[in-house]
Amino acid sequence: MGKTGLKLIDENGIRIDGRKPDQLRPISMDVGVLKNAQGSALVSYGKTTVLAAVYGPREALPRHMTLPDRAILRVRYHMAPFSTTERKSPAPTRREVELSKVIRESLEASVFTELYPRTTIDIFIEVLQADGGTRTTSLTAASMALADAGIPMKDLIAGVAVGKVNGKLVLDINEAEDSGGEADMPVAMMPNLGKIVLLQLNGTLTRDEFKEAMKMSIKAIKEIYLIQKQTLRDKYAKMTEEEKEE
Amino acid sequence: MSVTPSTYPLVPKIQKDTILSLLEVGKRADGRGLEDIRKVKIIPNYIEKSDGSALVNIGDTVVLVGVKVEPGTPYPDLPDEGILMVNAEFVPLASPLFEPGPPDENAYELARIIDRSFRETKSIDLKELAVQPGQKVLVVWNDIYVLNHSGNLIDASAIATLVALARTKIPNYEMNEEGYLVKKEGYKGTLKLTKKVITATVAKIGKYYVADPTEEEEYVSDARLSVSFTEDGTIAGMQKMGAGSLEEGDIDAMVDLAWKVSQKYFSEISTAIGLPPQE
Repeated sequence: MGKTGLKLIDENGIRIDGRKPDQLRPISMDVGVLKNAQGSALVSYGKTTVLAAVYGPREALPRHMTLPDRAILRVRYHMAPFSTTERKSPAPTRREVELSKVIRESLEASVFTELYPRTTIDIFIEVLQADGGTRTTSLTAASMALADAGIPMKDLIAGVAVGKVNGKLVLDINEAEDSGGEADMPVAMMPNLGKIVLLQLNGTLTRDEFKEAMKMSIKAIKEIYLIQKQTLRDKYAKMTEEEKEE
Repeated sequence: MSVTPSTYPLVPKIQKDTILSLLEVGKRADGRGLEDIRKVKIIPNYIEKSDGSALVNIGDTVVLVGVKVEPGTPYPDLPDEGILMVNAEFVPLASPLFEPGPPDENAYELARIIDRSFRETKSIDLKELAVQPGQKVLVVWNDIYVLNHSGNLIDASAIATLVALARTKIPNYEMNEEGYLVKKEGYKGTLKLTKKVITATVAKIGKYYVADPTEEEEYVSDARLSVSFTEDGTIAGMQKMGAGSLEEGDIDAMVDLAWKVSQKYFSEISTAIGLPPQE
């Protein structure tokens, strides 16, 4: 039984939304969805839907906040008031402040900021619908938006959250599993480089469970990475075709 | 909005080579070995007017935690439980880098790391704090005050929080005729701490892992990992910090070292305040 006494996984190992323990939700991705932004992406993991946009590199004001040797990143993770079961006030919460920070630090590991000294690269993330795993979906989306903006990176970033419900590790947890479960462990990495850029754990795990959860997340991240690359390739293939027609 | 810090001192970056060449021979700038922690000093009940408190030094880092227990209303989804509120203030007297004003992202992050570790392990018995379930409960305000920043604020805050909560007395609140809780003389007992939880931070500098990083080491580190543990070795929270990345093997090694460090913290805490061993 979970915290709420709710049964989140049945005797056959099937979860409340019908998934197996190591199964991702259906993932959809699209890039270049916003006209004004240099780059943008819309990413869904099941019902969790996140829109990310990149503005820049551009001049930062006030200028004293810039750095002489590289670009700064400014990141805002924000949840739309209608994204949650009960309306969320649009004012930033402590949670959103913390998540903006961990997402910024993750993205900073991937962007070649030294190519754009004295500028800012602004990344705005709006969670349109929240159903668990919003920070990892946000990182996947933000990284795609950066790629869409043509900003050089060491690798794309993909993320996923592993949870523990009714004593069992489950991949890509939804909101019910997050709030009723014993642990939520978001992980994001640069899959091709094998570098982990985000790792948090909210809840309790034994050492063995933790190692197993890492393995599960890394395997899933590699699957998400393939979808990211395919989405970007499809977009550029389409652009080339359009150019030929002209 | 989270912005890449532009106020960090540049000097430690220049010193990175020196720090790295020392690490190569198993030493650190302050003479410690890689897995050594600085001297820990704990003074429980430092603030008489608080319901629980602790002043903690780790080397030159100083953190003061004060606890106040006050009436409040419960969360609608947990009507029969009291509330633990963890807040952190990086006051400007603690560092030339701290500015007056509302808490910044680092203060929120620190508070939330400590908060999560105590919340998720159900370290304190919140049910005991429900005076009138669904209506009136007691709120445990755990305020972390950083007094001198010399690195590793998270571990110092975790130690101070554990000691302060372990030493917290519950004031005597009684319901008056109008249905308000009024504070009476004396205390009706101590806060029940069912589990001890601690957080230990390890920094990765180059290919080396160092325990209890100083401020300078934090600036030159690639990334830091804070890991919370209960005494039986269960991992009760984790946070990677810093704009760098870690490999899977790094994380294993860092969790191992964090566990070793947490043992040292637990023993310092026990000797300092004579906490009875866990049943």
